[in-house]
Formats: sequence, structure tokens, C-alpha cells
Amino acid sequence: MSSAIGKLGSEKNEDRRGFISKLLDGVYALFKSRFMRRRLVFYLIAAFAAISINFLIPRLMPGNPVQLLFAQAQGRIDPRAFEAIEEQLGFVDGPLIDQYLLYLRSIITLDFGPSIMGFPIPVSSVIATGLRWTLLLAGISSVMSFLIGTLLGVVAAWRRGGRIDTILLPIASVLGAFPYFFIAMLVVYLLGFQLDLFPTSHAFDTALSADWGSPEFLWSVAHHMFLPLATIVFTATGGWMLGMRNNMIGVLSQDYIVMAEAKGLSDRRVMLTYAARNAILPSLTAFAMSFGFVMAGLLLTEIVFSYPGMGYTLLRAVNSRDYPVIQGIYLIITATVLLANLIADMSYVLLDPRAR
Amino acid sequence: MSCSIHERAEVNTMTTATKRKRETTSARQRFWLALPGWTRSLISNKKSAAGLLILGFFFAIALLVPVIAPTAPQRMVGRPHDPPSEKFSFGTTRQGQDVYSQLVYGAGGSLRVGFITGTLVIIIAIAVGVTAGYVGGLVDEVLSLFTNVFLVIGGLPLILVVASLVEDPGPNTIIVVLSITSWSWGARVLRAQTLSLRNSEFVEAARVSGEPLWRIIAVEILPNMTSLVVSSWIGAVLYAILAEAALSFIGIGDPNAITWGTILYWAQNNQALLTGAWWTFIPPGVAISLVGLSLILINYGIDEITNPRLAKS
Repeated sequence: MSSAIGKLGSEKNEDRRGFISKLLDGVYALFKSRFMRRRLVFYLIAAFAAISINFLIPRLMPGNPVQLLFAQAQGRIDPRAFEAIEEQLGFVDGPLIDQYLLYLRSIITLDFGPSIMGFPIPVSSVIATGLRWTLLLAGISSVMSFLIGTLLGVVAAWRRGGRIDTILLPIASVLGAFPYFFIAMLVVYLLGFQLDLFPTSHAFDTALSADWGSPEFLWSVAHHMFLPLATIVFTATGGWMLGMRNNMIGVLSQDYIVMAEAKGLSDRRVMLTYAARNAILPSLTAFAMSFGFVMAGLLLTEIVFSYPGMGYTLLRAVNSRDYPVIQGIYLIITATVLLANLIADMSYVLLDPRAR
Repeated sequence: MSCSIHERAEVNTMTTATKRKRETTSARQRFWLALPGWTRSLISNKKSAAGLLILGFFFAIALLVPVIAPTAPQRMVGRPHDPPSEKFSFGTTRQGQDVYSQLVYGAGGSLRVGFITGTLVIIIAIAVGVTAGYVGGLVDEVLSLFTNVFLVIGGLPLILVVASLVEDPGPNTIIVVLSITSWSWGARVLRAQTLSLRNSEFVEAARVSGEPLWRIIAVEILPNMTSLVVSSWIGAVLYAILAEAALSFIGIGDPNAITWGTILYWAQNNQALLTGAWWTFIPPGVAISLVGLSLILINYGIDEITNPRLAKS
């Protein structure tokens, strides 16, 4: 009896000691895996396609888009801005291939030309101011909703027919049918305006100076971020929960789960390291594929909360028909989505030895 | 489950009908039996029946606009931001327009964009997905790559880029832009299903007997994935309705067109949230949510009908 316990204990220690080296093995495998190479090629093609589509759109449109932009701006804008924009979009004299190469060069050097609404401030700095806040929101909210949703899904499947399964599941299922920004509007109205619990605009108290070291400033940032963050997490968690629950149910009927239970392993161990670890793999792929939707929802949520992220920049750009800023945001978001996909693929390889 | 019960019920009534002669079947039963099988399944499933009921309600509103709308949606009829009263049951907007009239007109606008876009999307998805899955080989490689690329680079930002280059983008522009950017999800799902049908015996038989490609796809493959096509279509309609609302809300599109999205756009622009004019944004938001809910319910119903194991749990 005691020797058996000792054996189990040492197995566990070995598990822990091996973690770092396992991780290193995984990282090494990443570089060697055929799967990863194929995915990398795919992302390069996708990035190339996004950039090229962006080049083609103004040229496929009926009429001259730059003229149209000029007409829409109705003389509010410096004519020099349009010359610069024409040049940046590659609308210069010469064959199409030369235009394309010129355009490629400016995209690769992240030079999106000057913005219309803030001429001559370049597009890249207009976007950069909002980008920080958006990335902060997107990062925290995706990690939180993924973790909470996945965990709820695991428990819902483990205790099928239990409270989480019967109450949260229907809510999670219909949540996807609601426009995210309407939920955000309700939240602003009820908690921000009616109950006055939270601020309804800005990312921090504008009376404070932006000093990331001061606790007062950090508190203000957290206070302002709470509602948008909670809205996004609330709306995004349901999808993860639903997906994870269904994956788990599939995995739970496998023989190795019965075997693990028969061996007398603890419920928690069977649930997390046997079932959940395998069930999470399809969720990772779904996470990556839905990241674009999450970003779109995030932009709209920012608009409702007047949160100074990229969504807000986008709103201003749409209102002043600032095409250069809109296409800059498109390229940045596409890059973010591709990056998220790449990260998801990498974690897939790390978690699933079969993908190596 | 429900499907088989009804088939059995049908057989039962048929045999009793022949036994006791025709007169005994009531008009209601005869009407019920005259319906095609899938309609009967959809109505007898609780979820899809509820969904159809809600959706039918909004369609009725959209069709009855001239009868039930008290005034033109753009007309200034009252004081700005008047709360709901006897005269204006849903209050007025900042511009003094009747919110109820706007809601009623908006139903038509939103449903029209949703259903036309959903239909175009599913046509493209079938064309790309089924071709890729059936033809296979290099064609599949190329089309799948195309689909997957669109899956990651499409979406709201791309739609914005296209729409912002169009002069006065009205609802029709939004329909076209949404259709060409949102077919990839459906194409992916339909391709997978086609792949699994391609090697089935009846398709093999059709191929061996020399049926042309279009006939195999139209007669052998598509009818065998009807439920998937229908649920993808409904999913596409839902996506289009939500996307139209989102685009209008951001300010892309004609702000003078009346859809539920533009009502929300004006509510947000007129600070309705921070002045407490809840009647200008809650009704259109609830309307969109209800239509979304009805579509999801119909899809759950279809799922249960085609996969009876789901209905039990």
C-alpha cells in the first residue's frame, strides 16, 4: 500500500520536473512540424490576399474613388491631402504593376499616408493612439471569456443536467442572436446612466495625468474599463461554453475516460487532464476563427462606450469619410486576426502531440 | 423522432380513412396532410414553431406597413424626445418623429436586407462549397484556400472598406457588399458535407450510369443535404440582419433609409443613452433581438428534426 502511494507521488514529481523540458520539446517541435509550416504558408497567402484585395477594391469600383472622396469631403479638406492620398493608394501614372509595387512598399513600411480628418497627421499615428486601448481590451476580454467559457463548458458537460447545464446553456445559446452593441447600449443606459455606477465614456478620468505608475490612475483605468470589458466577456463567453460542452460530451464517451475512472483516478484529474485537455483542441481552432467576429464586436462596443480605442477612431473615420484611416484599420485588424490564428495553431501543436 | 411519429400518424390516418371512408377526416386533418412533410415537422417541433411564429409576426408587420403605420417615418409629428404617451405609443425621436412608425417601416428594411443577402450568400456558398467538395483535386485545393482566406480576412472591416468607397451606399449596396464578403462560412460547411456524400453508393451509381455533373449535384447531392442548406441559409440571414444593423449603427449606409439599424444610429447620435430617451433605442434593439431569436429557434428546431438524439437530451 505505502509503496504504491510512494510510486504515485514520484510519478507526480517527475511530471513536474519534466514540464520545462516538455515545453522546450514542444517549441522545438513547432519549428519542425509540417503542420506549422503549412499554416505559416497559409497565413502568408492570406496576408498577401488581404493586402492585394485592399489594392484592388478602389480600382474595381465604378468611377474614380479619389474623386468621390474629394466630392464627399466637400472642400473641407486640403487639396494637398488628396494628392498625398492618391499617391499612397498608388494612383500614379504608369502601369498597374508599378502602382502595385509602390503600394506594397508603403504597406510593408507601415506608411499608410496622411489621414483626411487630421491632415497632415499620418494614418499610422491616428490609429496608434486607439490601438493600445483596443489591444488591451481585446487581450483581457478574449483570455477571460475563453477561460471562463471553457471552464463552464467543462463543468456543464461533467455534470450534465446540473444547474450550470440547465440554466446557463439556454442563455448562452440565444445570446449569439443578439446584436452585441445593443447589449452594450442597455448596459450603458442601466448601469452608467440610470444607476450612475460607472463612467459612460473615456478610458480614464481626464483630470488625471496618464501616469501608469500611480495607483489612482490605474484605478481610474480599471473603473472605466469594467463595463466594456464585462459586456464583451458576457457576450463572448456563451460561445466558448457551448463549444466546449459539446466537445466534452464527445470525449467523455471515449474508452480511455472509462479506463481512467476504473483506475480510480480522482474526478478532477479525469475531468481536467483526461477529458478537458482533449476536448479543448477543437475549441482552440474555433477561437482563432471567431477572432474576427470578436474584434468586430469589440469595435462596436467601444463606440457605444465612447471608449477611445480603434472602434472610436473608426467611427470618426466613417463620419468624415476618411478612407485612408478605414483601410489602415482594416489592415491592422486583419494582421491581428492572422496573428491570433497563428498563436492558436502554435498552442494546438504544443497541446496535441499528433499535430507534430 | 417527431418526424417518424408523424409519418406513422399519417399512415394510421390513411388506413382508418380508407376503412371508414373519406367523410370522417375533418377539414383540419386534410389540411394537415396536404402540407409537405418538412412543413409538418417544422410546425410540430416546439422550438421551430415558436421561431416561425415570431418571424411571421414581423413579416406581417412589414407587409402591413401602409395599413398600420400612423404617419410617414420621417415626418416631424411631435415635440423632440416625447416619452411614450397615448398619442405616440412609442414616443418620439429627437427630431420629433414617431418611433412606432419608424419601427414598423424598419421591419421591412431590415428583413429585406437580411433575407435577400442570406439567399445570395447561400447561392455563392453552394456554388463554391459543393463544387470544391465534389470535384476535388486541384479545384478543391484552390477553392478551399480561397474560402479559408476569406474566412480570416473578410468580416466587418473589409465590408467597411468596400462600403466607404461607394457613393451613398443604400440598402442594395449593403446587400451586395455583405453577400460577396460573407459566403465563406457556409461554403466551408457545405464542402465538408459534400465530401462525405461524394463517396456514398447512390452518388457512385449515378456517376457510373453517366449522369452529367450538374445533375448529380442538383438531383443526387443537394436534396440529401437540404437541412444543412436551410440551416446555413437561416444562419446567413441572421448574420446579414445583425451586420446590416451594425453597419447602419456605425454610419455606413444611407442614414435616411429606415431600418432598425439606422434608428439605433440616430438614437446613439442624439445621445439617447445619456438623456434617458430609452424609447428610441430599446424597441428597435428588442425587435432585432427577437428576429435573431426566432431564426436561432428555427435552426434549433431543424437540428432536432434531423438529429432526433438532440431532442431527447
